[in-house]
Formats: sequence, C-alpha cells, structure tokens
Amino acid sequence: MAAVSQSAMTAEPSVEKPKMTARNLDLFYSDNQALYEVNLDIAEQQVTALIGPSGCGKSTFLRCLNRMNDTIDGVTLKGEVTLDGRDIYDKRIDVVQLRARIGMVFQKPNPFPKTIYDNVAYGPRIHGLVNSRDELDEIVMTSLERAGLLKEVKDRLQSPATGLSGGQQQRLCIARAVAVSPEVILMDEPCSALDPIATAKVEELIDELRSNYTIVIVTHSMQQAARVSQRTAFFHLGKLVEVGETDQIFTNPKDERTKGYITGRFG
Amino acid sequence: MAEDHTHIVSSFDEELTRLNNIISQMGGLAESQLISSIRSIVKRDSELAEKVILSDQRIDVLEQEVQDFAVRLLALRQPMADDLRQVVTALKLSNDLERIGDLAKNIAKRAQVLNQIPPIRPVQAIPNMAKLAQEIIKDVLDAYIESDAEKAHRVWERDQEVDDMYNSLFRELLTYMMEDPRNITASTHLLFIAKNIERIGDHATNIAETIYYRIKGEDLPGIDRPKNDAANFAVVEPNE
Repeated sequence: MAAVSQSAMTAEPSVEKPKMTARNLDLFYSDNQALYEVNLDIAEQQVTALIGPSGCGKSTFLRCLNRMNDTIDGVTLKGEVTLDGRDIYDKRIDVVQLRARIGMVFQKPNPFPKTIYDNVAYGPRIHGLVNSRDELDEIVMTSLERAGLLKEVKDRLQSPATGLSGGQQQRLCIARAVAVSPEVILMDEPCSALDPIATAKVEELIDELRSNYTIVIVTHSMQQAARVSQRTAFFHLGKLVEVGETDQIFTNPKDERTKGYITGRFG
Repeated sequence: MAEDHTHIVSSFDEELTRLNNIISQMGGLAESQLISSIRSIVKRDSELAEKVILSDQRIDVLEQEVQDFAVRLLALRQPMADDLRQVVTALKLSNDLERIGDLAKNIAKRAQVLNQIPPIRPVQAIPNMAKLAQEIIKDVLDAYIESDAEKAHRVWERDQEVDDMYNSLFRELLTYMMEDPRNITASTHLLFIAKNIERIGDHATNIAETIYYRIKGEDLPGIDRPKNDAANFAVVEPNE
C-alpha cells in the first residue's frame, strides 16, 4: 500500500482555522516506522478524536503534538508540526514553555502524592505564573471549577489527592492541566480507567472545556469519540486513513478501512 | 481486512440478516395482499376479500417485530455506519410496508361492497393500474435484497406512471358519475381504490428512497422534485 499522501486520503485533512497542523509527519522508533506522512489539522476550539486499532500510531501522533516523544531513545521525526503557524520542533522553542501551552492528560489518573490544592497549584508555581497567594488561590479554585470538581472537594483542599476516587482523580488531573492556562489539551484515553458515570462526567467536562481550549483525544471507545468530538481521524498501520466531521465518519465513512473498523468488520 | 465483510461478532451478523429477512417477508406479504385484493374485485370474490382483511394482521405483527428487534439491536449492539443505516432503514421500510398492507386491506373492504352492486366498465382499468404498482413493489424489494441503488432509483422514476394512470382513471370515473347518478356508489368506491393504489405507489417510492439512502448514505438525486398529481386540480384549477 502506498503512503497516504494528502491527495490520496479520503475527506479533507485541512480546516479553516487550524490551531495545530501536522505536515508529512514520519516517525521512526529506531528502524521501525510508526507514522507515515501524516497530514492533519487540529481545529481551534474543537474536540478532535483520534481512533484506530492498537498500534496504529494514534498515541504516537498525539505525543508528537507536545514533543513527548523527545524523551524516548531512538525516535526520529521528519516533517513539521506547528502551533499557531510556528514549528514546534524549531531549535529555538523552549519545550517547557511549549508543554505549558499544550497540556496533557493521561490514561491513568496520576495525581502527585500531595494535597488536592498543591496538585493544582504545582504548575502555576513552577511556571512562575503567580505573584501572590491570593492569585494562586484564585487559579486553583477556577481550575477546579472548570474541571467540575470544586463542589466535591472544596471542603478538603488540604487532604491528599490520592484519597479521591478514580473519576475525581482524573478530573483533578484535568484541573491540573487547566491551571497553567494551556491552549491545547491532549488526552490519551482519559476515561479508560473510569466507570460509566465518571466517564460521563469527564465527557461532559470535555464538552465544556471546548469553549476555551482546543482538545485532541485518543480513545478506544468509538462511542466516546462519537459523543465528544466534532472531528474524527482514523489511523491504521501508522497512516491517517480518513478524517472528517464526526457525524459523517460514523454514519457514512468514505474509506472501506474506516467502515470496517467502526462497524467491527476488521479481520 | 475490509474485503472480509463478516462481523467479528458473528451473532450480530445473524441478527442483521434476521432483520433483513423479516423485511423481505413483510414485502412479500404486502405484495400478495395487493394481488389478492385486486383479484377479489376482478373475480367478484368476497371470500377472498375477507381473507385479505384477516391476513393484514400478519403484516402488523411483523412490523411490531421489526420495531422491537431494531430497538434491541440499537441498544445492545450500537451499530455504526452501514449497520446503523441498515437498522434505521428497516424501521422505515417496515412502516411503509405496513401501510401498503393497510391500503390493500381497504381495497378488499371496498371489493366486498362492489361485489354486491352491478359492475361498471371502468373496473377494467383497476387491474392494470394495480399490476403496475405490484411490479414496482416487486422491483423495489429486489433492489432491497440485492442492495442495488441503481435499481431503487429506476423504480423511483416509475411512480410517475402510476400517477398518470390514476389521473386518467379519475377523469373517466368523473365522466361516469356525471352521465348517470346511479353509477356514483360504484364509481366512488373505485375512485378510492384507485387512490389507494396510487398511495401504494407512493409508499413504494418512499421505500426506493430509503433503500438508496441505506446503500449510498445520501439522498437519492432529485428527491425534492415535485410530483405531478393533476387529479388534485381536475375540476378546479389552482389559484396562482
């Protein structure tokens, strides 16, 4: 199968106002190529879902968006990733600053072994975003509020975060990501360790966050992709096969491989 | 990979097949109900008409079955893409087929009345019109079973022929009633029968549109084109 170039791919990879773009992105883990010429635009203030079978490169692609792959030995990257039109792999880019602009939430909730308050305050403190205790309080409260957690934890901000339930911990991680005022939030299967009620709360939250942030979410649950995203991109064997409006992808996908995957006819 | 069209969960495929089979069965029944109802007019066979009236229930039962089954599939399997369209269109098709059954039943009821009064000449036009409608139903069911979008499109085009036949029959019956008021009872029943057949043609058209959507995932081209039913204006021209 030939590499999927922009013209060969079904539907349109580009959007009118992209917050981030990937162009001709190839990625190798040593000699193994994990991504092949990926061209994808991430629309501003929308949720973009990345779906595909295990090992298809969707998480690898997500990690390219805030240079999380930098820390992995043997990774080489070709092509270009931009944020607001600027190449994020430019040598002059400060990676720490970059990751403040592009936050990340992981599969398993990973709160620091600190108090709830300190978990959220951590980012603003190390990035030097605040000048006073009042300002920090303000950020912690707003972030918890935005993550839909404030009501549940406002009376125990000094308790250890590890005492929260799984769903609350995940929303705390989202609050922690939000606290440094990122522009983009990347989520790598944020609900796979949560029960359906906690999942619904996180999904509701994702939908609310969309008005302030650009969100990219990797998910194994196609129902979740259908519920939370406006655009969906389907990856297979390291290639971006199809991207389009979520309702189009799930009701009338153009590519046979996409159709096979989402209907469960994928041998 | 995608060339292999069987579902990983084979029981899901079996369920979709069963849904298809119920629709085909409904279609076959609706078609034979129409044939029998017309025969009961032509042969003046009120017993056959009674059979048609009683058999309509079988179609109603199947419609209920499709509904229950489709809802269960939606809830338990959460189908996507083609599968989703298949389940949703099954719901719509069962509705149209059930209506065709109702219309055939109504024709049979009128046959029982007609059989008690002397026959009038325009009766002969009814079987021709019904034959056309029946062919359309048959073709549209074939298009369903064969998943043939082009065939569905061709069937859709043919509805105009039924409409044209209805319009000419309408005028003929009107003339009959004007000639002799004693013809009015029989003519009125025939008029309703003709209208029923015309409605059956419309439902077959709906089915063709639904099948096209199921296969292509988009509306049939020209779907919003206005249909010409001149009988609406046969006596009084519409105001501009």
